[in-house]
Amino acid sequence: MIEKALKGSSVYWGWVIFLLCIIGAGFLAYLYQLKVGLGITGMSRDISWGVYIAQFTYFVGVAAGAVMLVIPKYLHHYTKYAKVVVFGEFLAIAAVVMCLLFIVVDIGQPMRMMNVVLHPTPHSMLFYDMIVLNGYLIINIICGYNTLLADKKGLPCPGWVKPFIYLSIPWAISIHTVTAFLYAGLPGRHFWLTAIMAPRFLASAFAAGPSLLVMILLFVRKVTKFDAGEEALQNIARTICYAMIVNFFFMGMEFFTAFYSNIPGHKATLEYLFWGIGEYGNLVPFMRACIVIGFAGIFILLVPPIRRRPLWLAIGCACVFLATWIDKGVGLVIGGFIPNPLEVITEYHPTFPEITIATAIWAVGGLILTVLYKVTISVREEEQRV
Amino acid sequence: MSMDRRKFLKVAGLSTLIGLGGGSAFELLRPGKVDAEMEHEGHHGGHHGEAHEKAEEAGPKTRWAMLIDMKAITKEKAEKIIHVCHHIHNVPDWGNPKDEIKWVWEDEYEHVFTDSYNEYDEVLEKLPFLLMCNHCDEPPCARVCPVEATFRRPDGIVAQDYHRCIGCRFCMAACPYGSRSFNWLDPRIKLKEEMAKKGRKLNKKFPTRMRGVVEKCNFCVERLAEGKQPGCVEACPDVMHFGNLADENSNVRKILRERVSLRRKLELGTKPSVFYLV
Repeated sequence: MIEKALKGSSVYWGWVIFLLCIIGAGFLAYLYQLKVGLGITGMSRDISWGVYIAQFTYFVGVAAGAVMLVIPKYLHHYTKYAKVVVFGEFLAIAAVVMCLLFIVVDIGQPMRMMNVVLHPTPHSMLFYDMIVLNGYLIINIICGYNTLLADKKGLPCPGWVKPFIYLSIPWAISIHTVTAFLYAGLPGRHFWLTAIMAPRFLASAFAAGPSLLVMILLFVRKVTKFDAGEEALQNIARTICYAMIVNFFFMGMEFFTAFYSNIPGHKATLEYLFWGIGEYGNLVPFMRACIVIGFAGIFILLVPPIRRRPLWLAIGCACVFLATWIDKGVGLVIGGFIPNPLEVITEYHPTFPEITIATAIWAVGGLILTVLYKVTISVREEEQRV
Repeated sequence: MSMDRRKFLKVAGLSTLIGLGGGSAFELLRPGKVDAEMEHEGHHGGHHGEAHEKAEEAGPKTRWAMLIDMKAITKEKAEKIIHVCHHIHNVPDWGNPKDEIKWVWEDEYEHVFTDSYNEYDEVLEKLPFLLMCNHCDEPPCARVCPVEATFRRPDGIVAQDYHRCIGCRFCMAACPYGSRSFNWLDPRIKLKEEMAKKGRKLNKKFPTRMRGVVEKCNFCVERLAEGKQPGCVEACPDVMHFGNLADENSNVRKILRERVSLRRKLELGTKPSVFYLV
């Protein structure tokens, strides 16, 4: 089945080679980082996590988002998702691989990575994150591959796969909950110390993952013979819209608690992110754009006549994807370090090698997705011919 | 290798724990004697269960603590302490806040006591506060470390195993005091440069670190093992007081009984072991 990835048009191969070039550049940058140290990044004593961990956090959400297709299909037997659910599972695979790579490039002694397994430490949330992320990867490989294989043969999915599909539902929730716990359990980091962190993570995940999926499916419909089905796309769009509204609602609650209680520590990061403190305001344009773009996305996806136009549907999903990315992939992690525990502000400026490495990991995700979707679409096209 | 070192540190910690009864650290490293001492401690006082309960209530026998006398400190003394500490522990001077490693450093009242800063206190405002690892009784850094590279010893010292640390920097996010530094670049390169250009001398008794690991103040655990006081105490004995918080007759407990003291961010429940005498 996987050999179908080897037969493609010149555009397909051009895209693959393009991704490989980016990956190659990132790999060189990573070798440089391995040689010199993480000092080549923009991270510092005060901002000790940067682009890598922020992207990691965001893509855990993208991975978890696949569950928004699995639940209707397998718990409610919503057959319109029958053809697309495997796309969700493959998106999860690509996203989890990206997460794992972001962790690898972030740690200072990657050759000691296996210490996490050699010295299991149940009081550390990272220990659970390792378990749930790797578990989620395996579950999605099992489910995705077998679903597609069964489709290809024109048979129902084998019975032994079903338990894994059901398991993937709570597991998806767990990956993002545990990722939220990385942040939400730290004393002295007011911005992260909030019980609503995990729910908010999940809400933004259920908006982010499916919005990327809809954009890809719209693109696929345009360039191949495979059509995910208008009703399926419209329903995913509804899910995205509701999840995004909940996400912004939760964000509003953070504002209320911080500003009505008027506790300086709780307000500081929000002030920095949305208004800037003194001369420091690097992230203000990003965060304000996040709000505007996010509401635009909600509006587009909420109003049926707009949402039904393919172009607007794509724009709406792009808005949601971008807004959630700024919120979680930029503001959340960096913001947590500003101000620092001594209430001093240090800003963060990612460096060129750092961005090259992060871009390469995006390209790895893109490549995995390209190959898996190519195989899936080839199988689906055959089905349609028969 | 790392296991050996770790085990050694644990035994060393245990030996300090028992060390109150007298005798040098090396004598106590003999396993037989350690066991005998523990036996003795456990059964002391007659009735079995009752004694055991009492021993548990009493808590550990050693909890190292540092007192910093803000009435005795001056700018010069603070600088001397920083210099001595960083030279004992081969801490390079990167000269920029992005890469810097700090075991002990100086900051203002406003930044040190963010929770209880009193803007009308003009006395504290002018003082150079020394900051270091607080060696918390409930250390968040040790709680989050995925490999137990940082851990709390029975004598209260929060130690760091440079050979096990994977450099994930979770501890840096968790520390509410900003006490931890990461080797963003190779510290040995910088030390060599300082040796060549500034005539800096390495302390051969303390290991240098490699890049990619986290480090911080260790309460001079290597000196305690030799029966010495921490470097900062030796540098300025009138400012820094080091002793056993668990012993109510210790020097530090006597001082704490008489002087007003502050600790940082007590509301977080970390129970710091560094006290500021004001």
